[in-house]
Amino acid sequence: MAVLVILESEAGQIRQASRSAVAAASKHGEIDVLIAGDEAAAQAAAKLPGVRTVLHAPGKEISEGLAEPLASLIVASATAYDHIVSASTAAGKNIMPRVAALLDVQIIPDVVAVVDSDTFVRPIYAGNALATVCSSDAKKVLTIRSTAFEPVPAEGGSAAIVPMPAAPASDASRIVSVTVAQSERPELDTARIVVSGGRGLKGSEAFHDVLEPLADRLGAAVGASRAAVDEGYAPNDLQVGQTGKIVAPELYLAVGISGAIQHLAGMKDSKIIVAINKDAEAPIFQVADYGLVGDLFEVIPQLTAAL
Amino acid sequence: MKILVPVKRVVDFNIKVRVKSDGTGAETAGLKMSMNPFDEIAVEEAVRLKEKGVATEVIAVSIGEPKAQDTLRTAMAMGADRGILITTETSPEPLAVAKLLQVIVGRENPDLIILGKQAIDDDMNATGQMLAGLLGRPQATFASKIEIADGRAEVSREIDGGVETISIALPAIVTADLRLNEPRYASLPNIMKAKKKPLETIDAASLPVDIKPRLTVVSVVEPSERKPGVKVASVAELVEKLRNEAKVI
Ligand SMILES: Cc1cc2nc3c(=O)[nH]c(=O)nc-3n(C[C@H](O)[C@H](O)[C@H](O)COP(=O)(O)OP(=O)(O)OC[C@H]3O[C@@H](n4cnc5c(N)ncnc54)[C@H](O)[C@@H]3O)c2cc1C
Ligand SMILES: Nc1ncnc2c1ncn2[C@@H]1O[C@H](COP(=O)(O)O)[C@@H](O)[C@H]1O
Repeated sequence: MAVLVILESEAGQIRQASRSAVAAASKHGEIDVLIAGDEAAAQAAAKLPGVRTVLHAPGKEISEGLAEPLASLIVASATAYDHIVSASTAAGKNIMPRVAALLDVQIIPDVVAVVDSDTFVRPIYAGNALATVCSSDAKKVLTIRSTAFEPVPAEGGSAAIVPMPAAPASDASRIVSVTVAQSERPELDTARIVVSGGRGLKGSEAFHDVLEPLADRLGAAVGASRAAVDEGYAPNDLQVGQTGKIVAPELYLAVGISGAIQHLAGMKDSKIIVAINKDAEAPIFQVADYGLVGDLFEVIPQLTAAL
Repeated sequence: MKILVPVKRVVDFNIKVRVKSDGTGAETAGLKMSMNPFDEIAVEEAVRLKEKGVATEVIAVSIGEPKAQDTLRTAMAMGADRGILITTETSPEPLAVAKLLQVIVGRENPDLIILGKQAIDDDMNATGQMLAGLLGRPQATFASKIEIADGRAEVSREIDGGVETISIALPAIVTADLRLNEPRYASLPNIMKAKKKPLETIDAASLPVDIKPRLTVVSVVEPSERKPGVKVASVAELVEKLRNEAKVI
């Protein structure tokens, strides 16, 4: 049978997390994708390998990603599909449970492994347990944890693009403003190296003057603990953890981060973990491949200089 | 304006939960239980709206074992006016929770429902969106700021890459993120007062809602442990290891 994958685009490119969702979906049969937004996004979707048809929903409301019109559109297209899949991004988490409810289906969020067409593995309790669940619903609505699936390439396919009707206009929900931080650094969820800072940095100046030069030297993305975000050292979208971003880079450096379970939930699948902390007993050292006990204000500038 | 706040009793956030040796679930017996942290934030927001004169009544509702009444008492000690407990023997999934909440919404007609964004036990992050879908009402998830005016809520939401502000027509559903507010501690006099606030108990079985689970748990296992690491003595040693042993830089 067929799968519908809901894609997200950014500047005319399909987001890597969405390409991971396509990879996860490829186990369930023919793949159609639904993309809301401009023509360039639809063209990019058509190039994904393995995609049969692109359902393209133009229109402002839809491209802004408001949950109500997009969920209605997905539900209206759902009849032909057994599985409806998206990445576990902020947008996926916002929309897909609404879709599931409208279809009278229990959503299965944050899938990290596909066992068969009804059975999926997902983390619970901040990743301290992995549950394998089997769904009895006729349709499965899933979100995919992108760190667990190698994304399909951006190019290679040539799918047909089918336009969808525009969503009915509604004043029930509208966008007032969107503030997206511009950064030259790689994106946190897909970077090869992540340098994360915690409360140990003691201020946004240190975040800027001590941590960021290290990240730049390594070509790394910058992440943060909740404490660092709450204190205003870093913007909210840099939070790594159970309730923030989930990352699994080749190298993760935790600087002045104690290693609370909620933080570990977001990074413990990284390939190599380095912890730099002045407290030798900090729990972060229990997951670190390499631990360095020391004052970050001395260690980090030295490390930056040594690279 | 009436606000409904669903609150869930969960294992305290400080506790690292272990898996039962027979692989059927997480071992929760004897562990400290608390209100889901995001629900504390939701209650706090509702109570602040009441203190500002925007809301007139705050109703907390919990679904679960009879002990969930402790969670409702906590919500009332924080300032909720009354509590509704829907008792169930099993722990219902978000779809079932949303359907039970839909019944309460039908009875109480709240103008605003504030839920936590995520329960820290099942990590579903779904109930608010599902309830909004069932009710056909607008939703604003992952809220870091809520302002109510002219029959609408203006909500700032934490999204990938930044912050988005949307305006939704009431009645509506909002889910609370970490930075919406810092919840208060209930004072002793308020804890005493909360004991006298009304708490209604309803048996889920008496409601016209099918709460049978849709997901069967096949197994629950511990994630694979990381192999123990080493401590390095200096920056030079760290760089050497990263270059030559781990080969990641
Ligand atoms: C519902 C909920 C959800 C949460 N979600 C998340 C989440 O998604 N992500 C997350 O990160 N947290 C989350 N948390 C918070 C989590 O419990 C911790 O409070 C948080 O991770 C702590 O951040 P931290 O390690 O930066 O701060 P702290 O725990 O205060 O640790 C600071 C560390 O810095 C070290 N240090 C201080 N000075 C120096 C120095 N000069 N040199 C070297 N080291 C130094 C200290 O030894 C200490 O270990 C959540 C909590 C709750 C309740
Ligand atoms: N059993 C429950 N009783 C009351 N509220 C609940 C229950 N389960 C979930 N919720 C609400 O839904 C939110 C999201 O939960 P979840 O979708 O399970 O992650 C929680 O923060 C609560 O506000």
